[in-house]
Amino acid sequence: MTASFPAAARELLRNAQLRRNVAHATDVIRHKRDRVVEEREDWQELRDAGSAIRQHVLENLDSYLLQFEEACSAAGGQVHWARDAAEANRIALAILSSREVREVIKIKSMTTEEIGLNAALEARGISAIETDLAELIVQLGHDVPSHIVVPALHKNRQQIRELFLREMGLDQLGDTAEDLTAAARAWLRRRFLTARAAISGANFLIAETGGVAIVESEGNGRMCLTLPPLLITIAGIEKVIPSFRDLEVFLQTLPRSATGERMNPYNSIWTGTTGADGPQEFHVILLDNGRSRILADSESRQTLKCIRCGACQNVCPVYRQTGGHAYGSVYGGPIGAILTPQLHNLEQGASLPYASSLCGACYEVCPVKIDIPEVLIHLRSEIVAREQHTIGGMLGPWNLGMQAAARIFASGERMETAQKLGRAIQRPFAGTSGTIESLPFLLSGWTQSRDLRPIPQESFRAWWARRGKEES
Amino acid sequence: MTPAREPILTRIRTGLGRPGSSEPDTLAAGLSALPRGYRTCANLPARLREELFIERLRDYGVEVATVPASTVAGAAAVRLAARQARSIVFPAGFPAAWLPGEFNMLEGDLLRPEELDRVDAVLTGCTVAIAETGTIVLQTGPAQGPRRLSLIPDYHLCIVQASQLVQTVPEALEKLDPTATLPTTFISGPSATSDIEMTRVRGVHGPRALEVILTGAQEESPRLDEAV
Repeated sequence: MTASFPAAARELLRNAQLRRNVAHATDVIRHKRDRVVEEREDWQELRDAGSAIRQHVLENLDSYLLQFEEACSAAGGQVHWARDAAEANRIALAILSSREVREVIKIKSMTTEEIGLNAALEARGISAIETDLAELIVQLGHDVPSHIVVPALHKNRQQIRELFLREMGLDQLGDTAEDLTAAARAWLRRRFLTARAAISGANFLIAETGGVAIVESEGNGRMCLTLPPLLITIAGIEKVIPSFRDLEVFLQTLPRSATGERMNPYNSIWTGTTGADGPQEFHVILLDNGRSRILADSESRQTLKCIRCGACQNVCPVYRQTGGHAYGSVYGGPIGAILTPQLHNLEQGASLPYASSLCGACYEVCPVKIDIPEVLIHLRSEIVAREQHTIGGMLGPWNLGMQAAARIFASGERMETAQKLGRAIQRPFAGTSGTIESLPFLLSGWTQSRDLRPIPQESFRAWWARRGKEES
Repeated sequence: MTPAREPILTRIRTGLGRPGSSEPDTLAAGLSALPRGYRTCANLPARLREELFIERLRDYGVEVATVPASTVAGAAAVRLAARQARSIVFPAGFPAAWLPGEFNMLEGDLLRPEELDRVDAVLTGCTVAIAETGTIVLQTGPAQGPRRLSLIPDYHLCIVQASQLVQTVPEALEKLDPTATLPTTFISGPSATSDIEMTRVRGVHGPRALEVILTGAQEESPRLDEAV
């Protein structure tokens, strides 16, 4: 089990290199995004449409999945369904094992990270090679992604050069981005040409046609989708859109939000199998893994509208300080803070909904208008309610404190008494700055990440009462 | 084969609070009622649309020549010579009039990936091009070939006819809709990455160079023709 967000964040905040890299990467993407978003006068209309399409799909998810299954099968694809990570991995393994595949090439996919596919394959002697440059860096370094769109932003050139020299068995290698990219190209080219199977995620599943769409930059995706004779796509059940033409919205909003480009270099759309162009055998695994449970909660259902652009990460004041690793999940940042705990039924990542200042910047940039702050608050209340159902939670200092605070705030008299009491005991704790920086014992949790203003000598109520008397 | 199918569908329906799927009519009505206030049609005249396309392509580092239909082959020859391309492939159905005669050219549809890996350049047409995003769209078929053809060689020269150029993404999707199930690739500049310290590097796994010849445009300036 990974550390809670505050513990992981405290550790990562000490890593100055990481913080510089994260700040730089998020700044670059933000500025590029702002420029290409501002030039679209219809940006808000595109957001409205994207949001409405995704919401409509979620409300009719069963119908659209069945449509997709029928169309994809008719076009020569084979559709599988998986309730959880283990089942998805089992299906992929069965397909690969029966064809005696020992090595697969992979397109960057958050979904396969989520289900731990690579480890499941390795355990059965199948090596999975990540072909996206950043994912390759992460994989060769036995590392985990730190950003949805640029997963290796925590590594700098020198670190990557050392990694490539060691892992690719090279004698010499320059340290410019061009040198390192060329090394990856050469190392992967032979693998692209000889691989017998590829595994991808999906950006969109098209219900009407049974098509799958993948958005990418490097061409590694195109290699994986077109060269090996066997292709397996693993996609969350929420990835479906109604029709081919709905891409007109998402192909405008996704690249701008994700990388700040008007269009990313390559979008591939394919439907089943097509004669001599592309794989002869194509499978789609539709993954639930907690999504149907999120769907059932009408207040947090909107989480599933996400198209994985990562724009919320780049603007989040919390993410920008800690980077993605603090979230202890493949999904970091604001979207990770709502998605991760829900995927795990609040049994993991329960500290994540608190990893936010609720400033709302994530909602402002979200191309499908997920109201992340609203979902964060909803999840906080869920977590509190669940805590209150345990003996420890019920009798814990947090719950008792909050219950007491609720009683005090509910009555003017109790409030006044509490203020008097507070004024008397706060003296030893008020620092020279005029704020209370650290409270003792059970109350220390409150001042751990914030300063407290001392209770003023005269409360508003007292001042108001005095003012009334003086005037009359 | 898929024991999880019914359980997942049941969970979805239970979660949504209804026993079965929505009626197809209700579904279609819901879909057509969605707000679509974004721009779906062009507002630029042809000449400005072409200028915008060229400007957006150059943003990606893509060189563009605008030439009359009669000189496409000549313009292609100039570009191929500049690249010192020796082995060149083209897709079946590529117009013979566009083929520069002085080169050793081979129809490449049936070449295997490792054979294409030894090819210097590929010439293709396209189905649609989009001005606002500087995009060319290829679909498997005549003059465009199978997808690997425009992927493996290191240099891709694409001939775009002005009549194929639209201004907006929605117009392009509308034109592609009748052939939506063909393998389709949107190409916007050469392959690229910003994965290392956010430094943009052109040319990763796809062609490291992409160039475009625009023909039949309102204003023809054989700039690239004269460039060598």
